[in-house]
Amino acid sequence: MHPVETTMNDPVITASGLCKRIIPCMDIADGRIVKGVKFANLRDAGDPVEQAIAYENQGADELMFLDITASHEGRKTTRELVRHVAEQLSIPLTVGGGISQVSDVEALLNAGADKVSMNTAAVLNPDLIDGVANAFGSQCCVVAIDARLNKQTGRWKVLIRGGREDTELDALDWANECIARGAGEILLTSWDFDGTKQGFDLKLTSTFADLPVPIIASGGAAGADCFVDVFQEGRADAALAASIFHFSECTVGQIKEVLKQKGVKVRI
Amino acid sequence: MKQLEAKTMPTENISIEVIDAAGGNIGSLCRALDRLGASYTLVNGESLPTGTKPLILPGVGNFGAVMKRLRDTKLDRRIVDIASSGVPLLGICVGLQVLFDGSEESPGINGLGLLEGTVIKFTEGKVPQIGWNSVISQTPGWQSGFVYFVNSYFASPKQPDVVLYQSEYFKPFCAAVKKGNITAFQFHPEKSGQFGIGLLKHWLDDAALCKE
Repeated sequence: MHPVETTMNDPVITASGLCKRIIPCMDIADGRIVKGVKFANLRDAGDPVEQAIAYENQGADELMFLDITASHEGRKTTRELVRHVAEQLSIPLTVGGGISQVSDVEALLNAGADKVSMNTAAVLNPDLIDGVANAFGSQCCVVAIDARLNKQTGRWKVLIRGGREDTELDALDWANECIARGAGEILLTSWDFDGTKQGFDLKLTSTFADLPVPIIASGGAAGADCFVDVFQEGRADAALAASIFHFSECTVGQIKEVLKQKGVKVRI
Repeated sequence: MKQLEAKTMPTENISIEVIDAAGGNIGSLCRALDRLGASYTLVNGESLPTGTKPLILPGVGNFGAVMKRLRDTKLDRRIVDIASSGVPLLGICVGLQVLFDGSEESPGINGLGLLEGTVIKFTEGKVPQIGWNSVISQTPGWQSGFVYFVNSYFASPKQPDVVLYQSEYFKPFCAAVKKGNITAFQFHPEKSGQFGIGLLKHWLDDAALCKE
């Protein structure tokens, strides 16, 4: 048996071009997947190792683990989990949450993460971005920005600590600073849309789409149609979602089929 | 190397060496080799590659920095000698780029010069290219598929017949090369799902035959 013959998804690939990525995100607490609406009312949606493999098989382009436990013990559990998942996974894995220093990043990369995502810690200590990019390269340095619309100005402000704390930072200015400091990708979460299932925030996403690094849109994912919108109208490079995948409302494969039909280039 | 015979030569029987000195985290490559059942030894400037086993050169980061590490550890000469002796060599990512004469990324710094040509930067779109792109086979026996890239630079071989896979990022670019015993991927096969794992298996199968 020749494996290349058995693993081809599509034997008639004739054109190239970068694909839009679908990234299931698993919120992890104490080694289990949880997902809540605006971080309240957490529900347990299963075993992360099993789920990660299932997502790869469905056609997920990357995976993200967001460690929402703040405790030291919880983080060790997450590193062990990353190790178990990385042994079996053959697509990129990003890990976020609880990263406050370069040594945290090193531990996660050694455990098998391909990229790390930083949020509050990067706002409180922007030099962390430079430190991670210089030590390990921009390709593994993702900065997550939680953005909320200021209706008076029509611009977005950065939120930190899981949305519990406002800052005076303008989200677009902050994104530019992150990129100048070495961020390789921006994970952009709409705090106005997150958990609402009304579709992605197209205005927010398209405002950030011309930045010189990939934009991963997040927050508000509902059915397949909103993924078409976030790639075509929002011009996102990738889209991240959690609960719609966890609770099997639709599979990654189903969304990709719709994207392909609508002319969005995907790996299928 | 005959493709058909690869089926009778299980990957489990092959023993290779992986250079752990050219930057980047080689953990995911090692895990992929583990899953394929290939046995491997990590080699570096202190424990040099023996030249008796197929060799993988993974590399991440700046072209000049990778070349400096290879020169400082005397691995540069060793790799050239091994490749010149006909032992199968697989370059991955910057491990592909350093096989060429030089790179726009590090003017004035020589590459290993095993393949003719230079490495140039993307001039359109978001740079680096990050994500999945399709690669179109230019060589019988290697199938087209989707692979994961993270690269700002790509090789421009002087001889077009060494191109193994062609891809496109706003413009066509060379995604992989093959010349005799030298094979190299600009993308990350170890991060490219089951298709990428299949490419590694394909190289291991060919390498096992070449050893006979």
